[in-house]
Amino acid sequence: MIEVKGLQKSFESNHVLKGVDVCFEKGKTNLIIGRSGSGKTVFLKCLLGLHEIDGGSILYDGRDSRLMDKKEQGELRQELGMVFQGGALFDSMTVRENVLFPLQMFSDMSNSEINDRVDFCLSRVNLEGVGERFPAEISGGMKKRVSIARSIVLNPKYLFCDEPNSGLDPMTAVVIDNLIREITEEFNITTVINTHDMNSVMEIGDHIVLLKEGIKVWEGNRFEILQTEDPNITDFVFTSELFKTIKGVARSKTK
Amino acid sequence: MYRKSFAKEIDYLGYDSVAIVAIISLFVGAVVTIQTALNLDNPVIPAYYIAIATRESIILEFSPTMISLILAGKVGSNIASTLGTMRVTEQIEALEVMGINSAAYLILPKIIASMLFNPILILLSMFLGILGGYIAGDLSGMITPPDYILGLQLGFKPYYVVYSLSKTVVFAFLITSISAYYGYTVKGGAVEVGAASTKAVVISSVAVIVANYVITQLVLSN
Repeated sequence: MIEVKGLQKSFESNHVLKGVDVCFEKGKTNLIIGRSGSGKTVFLKCLLGLHEIDGGSILYDGRDSRLMDKKEQGELRQELGMVFQGGALFDSMTVRENVLFPLQMFSDMSNSEINDRVDFCLSRVNLEGVGERFPAEISGGMKKRVSIARSIVLNPKYLFCDEPNSGLDPMTAVVIDNLIREITEEFNITTVINTHDMNSVMEIGDHIVLLKEGIKVWEGNRFEILQTEDPNITDFVFTSELFKTIKGVARSKTK
Repeated sequence: MYRKSFAKEIDYLGYDSVAIVAIISLFVGAVVTIQTALNLDNPVIPAYYIAIATRESIILEFSPTMISLILAGKVGSNIASTLGTMRVTEQIEALEVMGINSAAYLILPKIIASMLFNPILILLSMFLGILGGYIAGDLSGMITPPDYILGLQLGFKPYYVVYSLSKTVVFAFLITSISAYYGYTVKGGAVEVGAASTKAVVISSVAVIVANYVITQLVLSN
């Protein structure tokens, strides 16, 4: 579980996060949504420790990141998995080497255990047989899956995904969504996803947080989002005719 | 992993530069000999002076400084563009999220590999430059092989080789650290990576030339 209390972050005079309070539970897919510039990416980078926070606190299963010494911070980092928007795979390494890399850096497993673990992670994301290819030789969807495999190879407690569906066709996007949800439930991970994709919101949104100008303006789940009359949600999510129709159908069913 | 990364950098930054260093050194050595022979076309001046001039030019300036400038272009742009691309595609952030010191992991092996391997490249360049002069002198008939070998041996100061290799180490540090700085700190996209690569080559070339002057003044003027 990750508890965020009064999180503040500014860049000089630009106050990006103005005191965000939210709790992300274990085994659930937590989605952060919001317009471009609403502070989603900065929020995620604060959770990852890539940005130092100006105020508030972030508790990882009760452990305050600001009170940790260097060693504890290092240990925490190995509990974090991250799926970057573009995959962020290392170009000079093969798919297999990319997944292997965190194990070689941090684990004291034997070579055969490492190879077994890499095989397991690659098969878990349905990527058997592509281990010897380089990132430039695989599709965008495969890159995302390799990135997921790399992020789970150290058995993380917390998984973060920055727009995991960007640039993917709708079918591949659903595959990635389902994969993230399955992994979250299977390994009982706390997963936090930044997304613009409303299909993801409706598909896997166990817990949804809407950020607007650095403030949390709404939170709920994918069922509540269809029922709410909150203008922040209706203005952001239900702007297209398609989603207005979906909302109408969903509400008429509940009546 | 650090050892593996170091071996990779030796390969990328060192071995990959052998061919260009060899070709340039061989031909420049030949040209230096021909130019010197044409300018010393005087019956009073012994022919072996051509070899002395070639030797001193190659060992003192051409190999350490000119080859370092060529490496600033080749290796400097490679380092800046590689690190810049890693930055804009979030590969450096991926390392940091894993808890890896990205600067130490990515930059340190490059600096050490260059500082260790560039002197070897410069030694090769010295040998091939002098060999190029020997071949050109013999083929053109401007200096006979015995005169050339005599000239190479006369007044040879091994200290000059040590001095040249020492400044090569300084140049290697300047080229890799300046290029790495510009690549590592890129912000933006492809255009900024290209601009950083150009800047890295220009600034590291200027740094090599200025450092060459300072080192020469400090070491050889006393």
